[in-house]
Amino acid sequence: MKYQSQAVAKPYFIAAIGLFVGQILFGLIMGLQYVVGDFLFPAIPFNVARMVHTNLLIVWLLFGFMGAAYYLIPEESERELYSPKLALAMFWIFLVAGALTIVGYLFVPYAKLAEMTGNDLLATMGREFLEQPLPTKIGIVIVALAMLFNLSMTVLKGRKTAINLVMLLGLWGLAIFFLFSFYNPANLVKDKFYWWWVVHLWVEGVWELIMGAMLAFVLVKVTGVDREVIEKWLYVIIAMALITGLVGMGHHYYWIGTPEYWQWWGSVFSALEPIPFFMMTLFAFNMVNRRRREHPNKAAVLWALGTGVMAFLGAGVWGFLHTLAPVNYYTHGSQITAAHGHMAFYGAYVMVVLTMISYTMPLLRGREANSPKAQVLEMWAFWLMTVSMVFITLFLTAAGILQIWLQRMGETPLGFMATQDQVALFYWMREYTGLVFFTGLMLYIGSFFVKGDKTQAS
Amino acid sequence: MSSAFTKSAARNIFYGGAVFFFLLLLGLTFDTMQTLPKRDNRANLTDSVERGKHIWETRNCIGCHTLLGEGAYFAPELGNVYTRRGPEFIKAWIKAQPTGAPGRRQMPNFNLSEEQLDDLVAFLKYASEINTAKWPPNIEG
Ligand code: HEM
Ligand code: HEM
Ligand SMILES: [Fe+2]
Repeated sequence: MKYQSQAVAKPYFIAAIGLFVGQILFGLIMGLQYVVGDFLFPAIPFNVARMVHTNLLIVWLLFGFMGAAYYLIPEESERELYSPKLALAMFWIFLVAGALTIVGYLFVPYAKLAEMTGNDLLATMGREFLEQPLPTKIGIVIVALAMLFNLSMTVLKGRKTAINLVMLLGLWGLAIFFLFSFYNPANLVKDKFYWWWVVHLWVEGVWELIMGAMLAFVLVKVTGVDREVIEKWLYVIIAMALITGLVGMGHHYYWIGTPEYWQWWGSVFSALEPIPFFMMTLFAFNMVNRRRREHPNKAAVLWALGTGVMAFLGAGVWGFLHTLAPVNYYTHGSQITAAHGHMAFYGAYVMVVLTMISYTMPLLRGREANSPKAQVLEMWAFWLMTVSMVFITLFLTAAGILQIWLQRMGETPLGFMATQDQVALFYWMREYTGLVFFTGLMLYIGSFFVKGDKTQAS
Repeated sequence: MSSAFTKSAARNIFYGGAVFFFLLLLGLTFDTMQTLPKRDNRANLTDSVERGKHIWETRNCIGCHTLLGEGAYFAPELGNVYTRRGPEFIKAWIKAQPTGAPGRRQMPNFNLSEEQLDDLVAFLKYASEINTAKWPPNIEG
């Protein structure tokens, strides 16, 4: 750690990991409800568990991005953070707002929560991923703006590199596109159309900038490859991300009442969206192969390589699988979507945040790398989580193919619920594999507490 | 990547590409907004439909169901439930929840009034009449 103020990243990362545990617990609850329908009913209905699962995911990834930014921006700018106090205040505001929101989901009926929090003044709730009450949404905007002010001031007064500029641009984009969550017209088609301006333009747009910047930062550090080379890759990757991903949004405009030319625009452009993800794989492997030093933090290198591979598999391969309009006609809103959602979110955003945590946490704790013993445990966690996510995806894909076959094709289609009964075996396998994932996560947390021989302090 | 291709060239492609394709997206969006009146069934967007949408949202129906294929995959598609089941069935169904059948997936009871049920059904009817390019493939959704 070069600058004192980088230390504010630490609470952000700790909170991120804590919320990650919560996310997975609720995933496991839902996974069981898929096969034992009345599990925990009526205490935690499925829709409540789902809000908790997905919102915790988003919130912890945001914690991860913010922590990463507070670490990376001072180092790249070669100066202290403009205001560490502001960063810390925002941490607490975000944590308390997040916790209250989850408590609200769990203990207040949703309709009552909506009423209590001003949803009648400005209705924004009850849409997938954007379920947060109005005060939470406003809180997110405030926290994001305060962070952007803080980071922008730091960069303005300091060194400007491709990495810190791209990171900043990505975060500004994140905040700006989130504003579409406040627009909820009664016209369902318009509602859906602009809903994607948050969801798609996040994960297949500005978040790719954030991801690219984080990956580039870690690769500069652990490989010692010339910054010029790494930054050139970064620009090409994010160029491809936006060139394909902006109009690629059309892959969500096939069947929601929008004009049918989107079937062409969406299919063509989104079919190219795997390119930037494939380049990330090449990027990570190339840089590591051309490394000029052997960094003692082997675990961080593993996470960086893993991110490259898994982001390509989840977003690139599983995205391509169902993105062409004639295919999507059958797969739309099936377990195939869930399979892709899981591996893409894990492979790209979960893994890049864990890469950053893996690289920075030892430094934040005053050493260049963890002891070999701790790293071995961390690598076990890497493999358990990653392999089980691959299997979760495969089981959901199998369930999805069967679901489509039984329910959407043929002369005598089965109803939705009858179809679900037919594929229950795969849901069971998903749930067991989820337990393995959870074990991996526990080992991951355990790796922070393993002492062993210290490697040299930095 | 070859060294003849410089970082600043890459940067220019990024900025140029981002601006160009964002403008293209805006253009397509503008055209979409012009075309929507022919497809989005806005003629039938009554006050009742609007209230129904509000009930749909504040009960978080999307947390279990899909609507035009978007949402959760735990319970049936509802974009075409009006055509699949009809208004009376839908109301009776909602009132009868939860079934309490052991082991079966459960839907909560939302204690909706007769008026609220009518609004919700109006919303589902409106949704079912949006031109979705023939999606879903069949009535089962
Ligand atoms: C890291 C990047 C990505 C993430 C995190 C991600 C995540 C998701 C999620 C969560 C959904 C479900 C949204 C919903 O609930 O309705 C989804 C849908 C979809 N994604 Fe991705 N995605 C990524 C990249 C891609 C790419 C690169 C492609 C195309 C090559 C793609 C194609 C699709 C398609 C076609 C759908 C719609 C599925 C349907 O019709 O039901 N995604 N994505
Ligand atoms: C490991 C144990 C996990 C289990 C058992 C699990 C289970 C589930 C279930 C049952 C759903 C709801 C599907 C539906 O709507 O019917 C869901 C949704 C979702 N989960 Fe997980 N999950 C797990 C881990 C994760 C992880 C690690 C991530 C992120 C990387 C994740 C991200 C998501 C997302 C993005 C959705 C929404 C998907 C969509 O809308 O298509 N889950 N999960
Ligand atoms: Fe998308």
